Amino acid sequence: MLGEGIVKGLAETAKNFAGSFVSKERLTTVQYPEERVEPIENTRDFPFLVYDGSDPMAGLRCVACQICEKECPPKCIYITKSTDKKPDYVGKPQIYPARFDIDISVCMSCQICVEVCPFEAIKMDTEFELSTTDRFEGLILDREQLAKSNEYYNKIHPTEAAEVDARLAEEKAKVEAKAKAAAAAAAAKAAAPASGETTAKPAPQKDPAKEPGA
Amino acid sequence: MSTAAFKSYRPPVIEPSNEGELLEVAMGPHHPSTHGVFRMDVALDGEIVIKLKPVFGYLHRNHEKIAEKASYLASMPYTDRLDYFCSMTNNWAYAIAVEKLAGIEVPERAQYIRVITAELTRIQNHASAIGFLLQEMGASGTPLMYAFREREKILDIFEELSGSRMMCNYMRFGGCRVELPKDWLEKVAAIVDGLPRFIDEIEALLTGNEILMARTQGVGVLKPDLAVNAGITGPMLRATGVNYDIRKVDRYGIYDRFEFRVPLGDHGDIYDRYMVRVLEMRESVGILRQALKDVPAGPIVDPKQKVRGFRPKPGEAYGRIEGPKGELGFYLISDGSGNPYRYRVRPPSLINLTVLEDMCIGQNVADVVLTFGSVDIVLGEVDR
Repeated sequence: MLGEGIVKGLAETAKNFAGSFVSKERLTTVQYPEERVEPIENTRDFPFLVYDGSDPMAGLRCVACQICEKECPPKCIYITKSTDKKPDYVGKPQIYPARFDIDISVCMSCQICVEVCPFEAIKMDTEFELSTTDRFEGLILDREQLAKSNEYYNKIHPTEAAEVDARLAEEKAKVEAKAKAAAAAAAAKAAAPASGETTAKPAPQKDPAKEPGA
Repeated sequence: MSTAAFKSYRPPVIEPSNEGELLEVAMGPHHPSTHGVFRMDVALDGEIVIKLKPVFGYLHRNHEKIAEKASYLASMPYTDRLDYFCSMTNNWAYAIAVEKLAGIEVPERAQYIRVITAELTRIQNHASAIGFLLQEMGASGTPLMYAFREREKILDIFEELSGSRMMCNYMRFGGCRVELPKDWLEKVAAIVDGLPRFIDEIEALLTGNEILMARTQGVGVLKPDLAVNAGITGPMLRATGVNYDIRKVDRYGIYDRFEFRVPLGDHGDIYDRYMVRVLEMRESVGILRQALKDVPAGPIVDPKQKVRGFRPKPGEAYGRIEGPKGELGFYLISDGSGNPYRYRVRPPSLINLTVLEDMCIGQNVADVVLTFGSVDIVLGEVDR
């Protein structure tokens, strides 16, 4: 019969229309911004820098190795190395970024900086309401704006952050054990008759790029 | 086949009547039916199309040249932006090309996850392609919104897996990027169980619809010989009756383990393209059910694979997959350095567009819009 298909289709739309009042599955729209859906844990938006402790600038994990700057596909990261050093999370003196800017108008949230970072220093944020009236300077985030605490990281990506924390703690324990062993060896050496003044030689600085990728 | 034979399959050009002059119209670049920025320079005799010249390049982003300056890994997020509807399959095609080039093995688990994500991508792409086609036909919204409702569920699943809904950037050379989240496979299984109902709904809405039949049957016909000669692939080719599916031909990944049929059309018109897409969605649901049953445990990425400093040995490779729109291939030449010497994409959308004139000549302007919509293109991939 001519028109049968149309009637069948109309019945389908009628079913959907009626269903949208009763079935939650058929009512898919969320009235943003009054209503918000819970963010999904793996969501990624723009990168941020993780810091430990309470002082954002002192606790930055970043050691300005510039790997992310080099690997970033759209080249939106700008890093200047510091000339002095500050201790990192295991207490080893490290270079830190004197300038760390991310131009989020260029960033495409691909997460490659996070993947290549050997120091767990850069992670992806879930914040998406970043609109600003200044479309040039306002979208270049500097290190003060980028620095966010490890607690915040634990809050937005709990599973991932727990793994990272465990890995870092293990590394730290290893370094501490090594330092203890070294100190014990030095003490043993000092106890022996002093042969020279060279025992206080600092450990050779490891090249950050060659360190295992965590 | 000789060029003479190729020419003979062109639809007869209708001679312009002497009563009026030909009208040249630029359809686009901002025509609502062009899904982006694309222009068709058409010569019209009244309502009849005499000549049609596709003009593209408005969205050219220098993808191939950028890839030659960037490391192999850095091109991966750019492949998401080729066909932004199907980032998972784009990732896979590029990963296959690099894996061939460097001889990387992919773990079992990663293979299964790749199949699952690719088939989900195929379903959401076909669903929205049908929706957009109907939108252009004047069914303003309803089928498209139904398709998007289903697509949203699949995109949510992708977001949970990869962190992003459309720009997934999920696959890596030798596997996938991150381990599956908890209960992910169960969630996919729940969505797959709901899909047949959605496909039934779309079919009840459209397949028997007399208006749709009248608009699409016998319109935009593509002959199988021309389709093969012009290198058309994907649902467009299969709608003409040519049995060519790279999942069956190459059996890349682990597609030889799954049972599925390749739906074929008879007439090569728009209705057949629509029908082939619907049937492909059904077959994809079948593949997903088989794949979800036995995802093995194990590593998700080749543990020997380094993230940084990837330098394949000199050589060349062409990796291709059956993308939702057709054969998507990546051709790479390595000179042993950290970035490819040559990087070339074979985009299905661009090559499927080349027969647009042959399908449109002698038809009404309104049918040009439909024919164009039935090709299922994404301009990000056409222009690159």
